[in-house]
Amino acid sequence: MKPILERTLSGAGMWSGIISRGKRLRLTDLEGGANVGMLLYNALERHERYNMPDTLKGQHIFYLRAPYCLHSDMGRLLASIVRDDCGWHDTVCGHSDAARVLAKYGEHNYQEARNEWYRNGRDCFLIELAKWGLGKKDLVPNLNWFSKVVADEAGKLSFVSGNSKAGDIVELRFEVDTLVVLNTCQHPFDPDPVYHPHPVKLEVLQGDNPATDDPSFAIRPENVRAWENNETYHSLRF
Amino acid sequence: MTESTMNPADATHRHVIPAGDWWVHEIKRGQTFRIHDLEGNQAADTLFYNAADPTDRYSADGTIQAQQALYLSTGTKLMSTEGNVLLEITADTCGRHDTLGGACSRESNTMRYAHDKECMHACRDSFIRGAQEWKVELTKRDIACNINFFMNVPVSPEGGLTFADGISAPGRYVEMVAAMDVVCLISNCPQLNNPCNGWNPTPVEVLIWD
Repeated sequence: MKPILERTLSGAGMWSGIISRGKRLRLTDLEGGANVGMLLYNALERHERYNMPDTLKGQHIFYLRAPYCLHSDMGRLLASIVRDDCGWHDTVCGHSDAARVLAKYGEHNYQEARNEWYRNGRDCFLIELAKWGLGKKDLVPNLNWFSKVVADEAGKLSFVSGNSKAGDIVELRFEVDTLVVLNTCQHPFDPDPVYHPHPVKLEVLQGDNPATDDPSFAIRPENVRAWENNETYHSLRF
Repeated sequence: MTESTMNPADATHRHVIPAGDWWVHEIKRGQTFRIHDLEGNQAADTLFYNAADPTDRYSADGTIQAQQALYLSTGTKLMSTEGNVLLEITADTCGRHDTLGGACSRESNTMRYAHDKECMHACRDSFIRGAQEWKVELTKRDIACNINFFMNVPVSPEGGLTFADGISAPGRYVEMVAAMDVVCLISNCPQLNNPCNGWNPTPVEVLIWD
């Protein structure tokens, strides 16, 4: 089936859009080593947003993979991970900012480099958020698709290179109409000493609303209850 | 474990936050701030804001990123969303504090435990009321991922995450020095559904020294 939207984002690119319930967003890491920083909001009530703590503690997991879900801060699900080729995605390490990029990679300004200038995750998020009436208040811990970070017993974190290979896909199914805000800046712990963010393909695909026995819900009783909260929300609203 | 040399008798501000209650208070640059777990095993859900600008607030991911580690203890710089150091932990007799687990809310209680838990008291309600008492225009948007002082949320190398029984005990404390003027907002967690406060919420004491 032809995608509703198909777009390639260069490294350090950004995109935002509303994707309705049931549709799917497929992200393809074109070269390997990509990172997609992502924030999610209920499209109709943008004060409802992706919640890292509820996503982790609701599913007793420190990272994300299929068939887990992305929880909002209102006891509901925003999306489910329906396909995942690399098996580990970070959501605790945040995004880069201008000071971090300058300290790590040096200055590479627009006059010299034009569109190859060094951008950062925070600026990209704030630019896209502003287009939807959102801003600094709405910056919360984000998702980092394709990036793997592990913790040792003392809590020290290490970035695992090579987690995502060229052609690896992660695909989300949205469980409410969702504002998606993303960028392809490097993960803040990416050990590559060179500023080298990788391109990613975005595709939005038609899909169906899931049944209650969907693998994403069945994996945890918490997800079933969150899905029931979604159903109540939709029954009242539509 | 790092003991403090501060004498509680010299504190310029002392207040006991009852179980389930909230507290909002400004801490000036250079002041020392202690949270004291009076009866042990209590979770103190805590947010900090730049006193001059509430949009510049505690950042859990920024703090994790800055120290490249998950748990908070002596030496941890508590970072803001604008990349500022809000406070630095200077003493800690508990040993480990969480900033992954966030706060309970009435809505998340329905997801985590059961739909009929919605009626129970929850930290986000306390945070909202405390934030509104500080500035009337603050809303849920201003409440982000917090610190859970005295709470133990171990992560395994395989990526498992559990809410373990507390590692705190009566009399343990964590102490920090403010690097700028900050406002502290605490919800003294009323959670009755998991072991984060031993199924028995108890008071904590806050102390400030000039």
